[in-house]
Amino acid sequence: MRKAWLILQKDIQQEFKTRFAVNAILLFAVVTLTAVSFSIGTYSASQEILAALLWIILFFSAMSGLSHIFVREEETHTADTLKLVALPVNVFWGKFFFNLILLILVEIIIIPLYFAVMNFVVIHTSFFILVMLLGSLGLTGGGTMVAAIISKASAKGALFTVLSFPILLPVLVSAISATNSAVGNDPVSLTGNAIQTMIAYDVVIITASVLLFDFVWNE
Amino acid sequence: MVKKIWNTILFVWMSGVIVGAFIWATQQKALKEYTRIIYFHVPVSWITVLAFLIAAVYSFLYLKKRLLKYDAYAEAANQLGFLFAVLATVTGSIWAKVSWGTFWNWDPRETSIFILLLIYAAYFALRSAIEEQDRRAILSSVYAILAFVTVPFFVFIVPRIYFSLHPDPVINQTGEVNMDFKQRVVFFSSLITFTAVFVWMLKTKFEIAVMRLRIKKLEREK
Repeated sequence: MRKAWLILQKDIQQEFKTRFAVNAILLFAVVTLTAVSFSIGTYSASQEILAALLWIILFFSAMSGLSHIFVREEETHTADTLKLVALPVNVFWGKFFFNLILLILVEIIIIPLYFAVMNFVVIHTSFFILVMLLGSLGLTGGGTMVAAIISKASAKGALFTVLSFPILLPVLVSAISATNSAVGNDPVSLTGNAIQTMIAYDVVIITASVLLFDFVWNE
Repeated sequence: MVKKIWNTILFVWMSGVIVGAFIWATQQKALKEYTRIIYFHVPVSWITVLAFLIAAVYSFLYLKKRLLKYDAYAEAANQLGFLFAVLATVTGSIWAKVSWGTFWNWDPRETSIFILLLIYAAYFALRSAIEEQDRRAILSSVYAILAFVTVPFFVFIVPRIYFSLHPDPVINQTGEVNMDFKQRVVFFSSLITFTAVFVWMLKTKFEIAVMRLRIKKLEREK
């Protein structure tokens, strides 16, 4: 676990030098938010639609930035050195937590903006935070693994979204339905199922990723 | 010769199932003529899942043994799975039109089959994006397994959360088969025939895949 922490530190330092991933993902999120806000304009959308739109913004922002962590290693040819100094499991955890921090950072900036611009009102705040956390875990888990896969293929950008979408959809669907209860559309007691699905999904996708990462990394 | 006999049996049996489904089997009261879809739609859907399972197993075997043969098998199973998934979508969609009034309304079952189609498409997109043979084999195997672990969420969990108009699947919560004798006979023989047809197609595809690998090897040696 200490190695994973070192890799995380290395990635954060490297990120601070260029700020490429942070800028890309954050600007993408802001642009999407603006596009959504403009196209809705003066109409007031229902909370149900707003909950879905929030997750669509987050999903596509994640798709624009999460692959960078592995693509960079391939492009600068530093992957081979990393293979020599660290075990695949540690590499995966390092990259996973970097992506998680990145996504949560974006959420911290985007969600208050979303509240302000879209008239989005959350009633059960702690429940909402739980949903956001579980959803981010799922998005990052699947996204990091698919990023590792596509970093070795050509046409990386387009492929990342295409490959991630079917894998990430269960968490996306249940996150949207749980967010619906957080904004007070459905009673919270009804969405126990969605929360259970998200927890199960997070456990399954992260376990599968840890087990399979070895094959992708050392191919 | 043995192959020919098997093919003849398969042909006769399949014809029998078709005739039985349209003439011999009784109709369900509420569904009337639409009952007949069950003899074709359900077996086809079952094979979609079966092909997906076989592809995941061969992907796993490839990662274990590193024989290109297994990767070719996984690809063959996925190709057939895609074909049957399209068939299941089309037959289901036609049934939805006569029974629900629209071809497509994002019922949880429709969503899950659509996601299955997307996964297959993504698998082929990934394969076409990698030139090198071994790398393609490893990465697509990993993706197939990763997709396989998420599929239960669509097939079993999502329809349980969201209200679905889809009739109870054969494996329902109570564990009963709500069919009378004639329906049961036709349904299960149809299930067996479709599986046999699938096995036959899969075997042919496997043979082609092995031959292709051999030709590639010969070309390289030359």
